[in-house]
Amino acid sequence: MDFKDYYQTLGLERDATQDDVKRAYRKIARKYHPDVNKEPGAEDKFKEAGEAYEVLKDPEKRAAYDQLGANWQAGQDFRAPPDWNEGFEFSGGGYTEADEAAFSDFFESLFGRARQTGAGARHSQSFHAHGQDHHASITIDLQDAYEGATRTISLRAPEMDADGHVTVKERTIRVKIPKGVTEGKHIRLAGQGTPGVGQGRAGDLYMEVHFPEDGAYSVEGRDVYFDLPITPWEAALGGKVKAPTPNGNVELKIPQNARAGQKLRLKGRGIPGKPAGDLYAVLQIAVPPAKSDEDRALYEQMARQLNFDPRAKLGV
Amino acid sequence: MAQKPAKAISGEVIEALTLAELCRSCGVRAEWVVELVEEGIVDPQGRAPATWRFSTVSITRVRTAWRLQHDLGVNKAGIAVALNLIDEREELRHMLRRVARAASG
Repeated sequence: MDFKDYYQTLGLERDATQDDVKRAYRKIARKYHPDVNKEPGAEDKFKEAGEAYEVLKDPEKRAAYDQLGANWQAGQDFRAPPDWNEGFEFSGGGYTEADEAAFSDFFESLFGRARQTGAGARHSQSFHAHGQDHHASITIDLQDAYEGATRTISLRAPEMDADGHVTVKERTIRVKIPKGVTEGKHIRLAGQGTPGVGQGRAGDLYMEVHFPEDGAYSVEGRDVYFDLPITPWEAALGGKVKAPTPNGNVELKIPQNARAGQKLRLKGRGIPGKPAGDLYAVLQIAVPPAKSDEDRALYEQMARQLNFDPRAKLGV
Repeated sequence: MAQKPAKAISGEVIEALTLAELCRSCGVRAEWVVELVEEGIVDPQGRAPATWRFSTVSITRVRTAWRLQHDLGVNKAGIAVALNLIDEREELRHMLRRVARAASG
């Protein structure tokens, strides 16, 4: 197990005051809070700072931790000396209100695990309570929203066993994705949260629906957008082209003298519902490269013939 | 370890939640949600708490609000500002992706 230098984590000297500790933690927490910072790694930094703060904000724990001495280096292989906490009493137990599953083995070896509270502790008495509701997010293909689907998802949730150990349990469930679901909607799965205690009923699981961000389609409510590349002559002359949609190919009529960025609406071909959304093809004009002398001659002929200046309005 | 294929669970797409459902789902007290409504952080339809109906976006907003208060000590006014900025950033990220895709396509 690696030694953790909680002072280093918060960027503090060992003689920092309790106010310094609080300020340093708040600063790091604001910067790396997962709601505020979407960079990869931000959440880990936030959790590390939370663990360091959990120890250093509490004068009892801090004094005990300080007693380990300043000779330990972060990352050094660590084992707590058997009598390391002699003479200290932790009134609050290992944890206060923090997320116990998030803390490291290093923390647990020093301060123990969460006190047994809640469901497990009260088992013997006749006590009834609703189980907690859980939240998860699920990324589904746009096609699933068009047609409905059954998806298997893995859920990880911290669970406390009979001895009060917190472990992360993984379970797999199969879920029917209803047709017509949109980004940000929640699907409620009754009874899939924490089991109830006694005769209390189990909590529910809420799944927040997302579509993949890097897919070919972008979605706003029930309306769906995609880019449709066309040639310069298709744009100028108009005509029919084949276009993909989330539920199959369609023939799409390009109007004469179409512009890049122009949106062609396919009414009712967005995400199904009442009313159904629309599907928009956003035209992109792809310019063929001049690869041969003949190609170049053709472009030169166009240059002479069309007398076209796209920069006329720029005044150059 | 071989497992029997589990039966698929049918979910229910939530269109609107009552105050009680929202509180239970987010694990927060009703008084606290009432304060969020007063601050304009969540915006239910209906006049009185008993008839309030929250859109499902409220679930995400209330949970984020709780984390901001609990983890960072942000007050209600600060939560309102932070959520607006987070929304704006999400919209910009969304737009940026579309623009970047159009430019590379």
